[in-house]
Amino acid sequence: MIISINNETHEVDVDSATPLLWVIREKIGLTGTKFGCGIGQCGACTVQLDGKPIRSCLTPVQQAVGKEITTIEGIAPNETELHVIQQAWIEEQVPQCGYCQSGQILSAHALLTKNTYPTDEDIDQAMSGNICRCGTYSRIKSGIKLAAEKLRNSSTTKILNNGEMD
Amino acid sequence: MGKWTRRAFITTGVLTGGAFVLGVAIRPGNRAGKVKDLIAGDNESVINIWLKISKENVVTVIVPHAEMGQGTHTTLPMMLADEMDADLAKVQMMEAPGNEEYANFALGKGFVLGDKKLPLLLKGTINGLFLTITKQMNLQMTGGSSSVRFTGMHAMRVAGAAARSVLLQAAAEQWNVPEEELVVSDSYISHTKSNLSGPFASFAESAANLKQSYNPRLKKSKEFKIMGTSPPRFDIPAKVDGTAKFGMDVSLPNMKYAAIKASPVFGAKTKHMEADTIKDMPGVHKIVNLDGAIAVIADGYWLAKNAINALAIEFEQSANDAVGQSDIFDRYLQDMDTALAEGNEEKDVKKGNVEGAFTETTNTVEAEYRVPYLAHAAMEPMNCTALVKEDGCEIWAGSQNPLGFANSVAEVLDMDQEKVIVHNQYLGGGFGRRFVPDVAVQAALIAKEVDYPVKLIWSREEDIRQDHYREANVSRFKAALDPKGMVTAWNNQFLFKNEPEEAPHIPYSVDNQFIHYTNSETHIPWGYWRSVDSSMHAFFTESFMDELAFKANIDPYQFRRDHLTNAPRFLKVLDLAAEKSNWGEDLPANWGRGISLHQSFGTIVAQVAEIEIVEDRLKVHRVVCAADPGFAFHPDGFNAQMESGIIFGLTAALYGEISIENGAVKQSNFHDYQMLRMQESPNIETYIITSDNWPGGAGEPSTPCIAPALTNAIFNASGIRIRELPVKNHNLNAKSEILG
Repeated sequence: MIISINNETHEVDVDSATPLLWVIREKIGLTGTKFGCGIGQCGACTVQLDGKPIRSCLTPVQQAVGKEITTIEGIAPNETELHVIQQAWIEEQVPQCGYCQSGQILSAHALLTKNTYPTDEDIDQAMSGNICRCGTYSRIKSGIKLAAEKLRNSSTTKILNNGEMD
Repeated sequence: MGKWTRRAFITTGVLTGGAFVLGVAIRPGNRAGKVKDLIAGDNESVINIWLKISKENVVTVIVPHAEMGQGTHTTLPMMLADEMDADLAKVQMMEAPGNEEYANFALGKGFVLGDKKLPLLLKGTINGLFLTITKQMNLQMTGGSSSVRFTGMHAMRVAGAAARSVLLQAAAEQWNVPEEELVVSDSYISHTKSNLSGPFASFAESAANLKQSYNPRLKKSKEFKIMGTSPPRFDIPAKVDGTAKFGMDVSLPNMKYAAIKASPVFGAKTKHMEADTIKDMPGVHKIVNLDGAIAVIADGYWLAKNAINALAIEFEQSANDAVGQSDIFDRYLQDMDTALAEGNEEKDVKKGNVEGAFTETTNTVEAEYRVPYLAHAAMEPMNCTALVKEDGCEIWAGSQNPLGFANSVAEVLDMDQEKVIVHNQYLGGGFGRRFVPDVAVQAALIAKEVDYPVKLIWSREEDIRQDHYREANVSRFKAALDPKGMVTAWNNQFLFKNEPEEAPHIPYSVDNQFIHYTNSETHIPWGYWRSVDSSMHAFFTESFMDELAFKANIDPYQFRRDHLTNAPRFLKVLDLAAEKSNWGEDLPANWGRGISLHQSFGTIVAQVAEIEIVEDRLKVHRVVCAADPGFAFHPDGFNAQMESGIIFGLTAALYGEISIENGAVKQSNFHDYQMLRMQESPNIETYIITSDNWPGGAGEPSTPCIAPALTNAIFNASGIRIRELPVKNHNLNAKSEILG
């Protein structure tokens, strides 16, 4: 099976029903995407499939074939620069334990790709599938607002998958 | 679990394997003599060995605590750097024992125990060791949230100041100038008169040969340059780009994966399994029977998980198979009654004449409160990677207790503890759960059966059902009020007593108090859960204070004030919370405010919750949190911990409930052990009072107050008094019935 992750193709030899999460983590070795609950409740495993946030713990790898998978390792514009959302996360000092944050950032990224003027309700809705046990919700919200502002002010900043949105 | 471990407990961080052995080893190779010199003569001297300086003038601070989001990997280096007058931009952190060149386990053990063998009583845990250390250092230290309070104050600051002092001494000798004419700033030492200046690194080598003071002069708070500021946390960049390595992320050559299923009824042994049904499943390598649990090793976690799910396992029957939650509460009540009748309860606080005070008034109030069991549910499910060879074992895990992990693993493998190396990783949440070495013991026993490393991952279901739980509890009160509305007698009976010792104690002036407790047997494993006993006692005592205020017909804030005449620090915190929350100002219909006050782990916290009840639904709009931690070394980090503790406590108050059914935990994952999400989170405002008292903790003290602030607010809005958590089990639409 051939899958594309962060614009790199990989040939993986796994059962086609294997959840994408375990292929990304164990076969590709990208461990930024986390296992949290295995039933799509917590959002720690969030990645994007053609720009849409999905729960990789419930998505068979087969469903990702022919699509572009984006993980936390793939959102920065280049190797020396962080994505504005990541920068905002640092500025707002969002993470505590940090375990859920890849999923949070991927959900936020999907929101801001569609909407750079998110209201509190938009943010609540987009982030309602991501649990943070350290309770960093208010800082995540601030981080999203800051990133949205940066995106609005920067015409040169590209968001990955922008052209691929439906 | 025996009482001694609980008494000696520290919650958010402990000394770890390499904690005691890291010297001002300026370059590798000369360390043995130096470390020996340092510890000679006085056990306290070794607290002076927490840093090294590179030729590039980088100061590396050795931090003996795990990072689980509380910021200790930043705050502790700040404390050392400030005393040293180092440039924080040139300071880095190393978690002990990351660099084995500087770690020597045997020496460490010798220090900790004064060359004695580890007492049997203390096997398997660091807690007893910690008690020993504190005794040897003549410290008055018990309780959790300890990294700043203990390591920061006693090790980091002293080490920084002592290092500064010997560096100055070395510079003075090298330049042949009077030491008192030297100036230290940003990791450089200067002598203005002779126009000389040099980095710490120039003097480090000779400084390492100098005997250091155990008791250097420490800065007064007005001299702080770094302490009390909020520089960015060192660990955050790796946590936004996916590179932070948690236990879950460990990867080793030839590593395979294991899934496990332990007996749902705690303590039951494996009776039978149909191994043949799964041994030929794809990718399955081995089935390991751990007696009370079965594990499957496979090429990937998903394969292992599928195999364990497909395996029919029969566990032995036990006397606990029929136990349900109501049986546990029934037994609690029975044991409380029996203890009362027989007069053999454990006394906690006894002062004045409680019985006498009750005879003087007919105005009494009685109430009984209950809380359920709680699981930790850290975001990162429990996991551990182990490689076992004949001559040693290596463990990779995120642990709050690496030495305890090593000790327990050594014991089950029948190995010297020195042979077990624990590679600590970032913790995807700790909250007390990652003290318990159960997962490491399992991983070691599984890996022992094969010649490759095995990563054992617990499913979320296993994580919820095989936890060590905050206990369910019952607390009963009876109090007497005089005609002015002052409490004259306070009688409180509850179950169990762990940490912190003061959890059930009240700051209020009540002359006659009898606080006592009873033990009861259950088969449910107990564990440290963020703020431990305070997580329930604040709910008990602060709900009851509210009920007393209502009976006395006095505003609950004013009622508390009236009883704080001898507790000015508490009063100040309470007043600040009330002021910032606009206490007393009108609210719309169906809105309410509730107030609470509690001290734990050295920090006094007051909170006001502002809520609204719409139909039968509850909305928590706002929480105002005032705290007096003495001094906040990293105020932004302190605020983050207050916010975190409030969300953690609010989650438990609203939804948290682990219930026992047929001897096992009924809940299994986030669908039935619900977590607070962003859209349910209140706006939280935190206000810090700097009182210059001995610093208190940050990680735990905000958790206890939120449950009573919430339920007191519900009462204020609706007249519904919630005496049993969680709130989700109550119908909040019953207002008309309650109020008539």
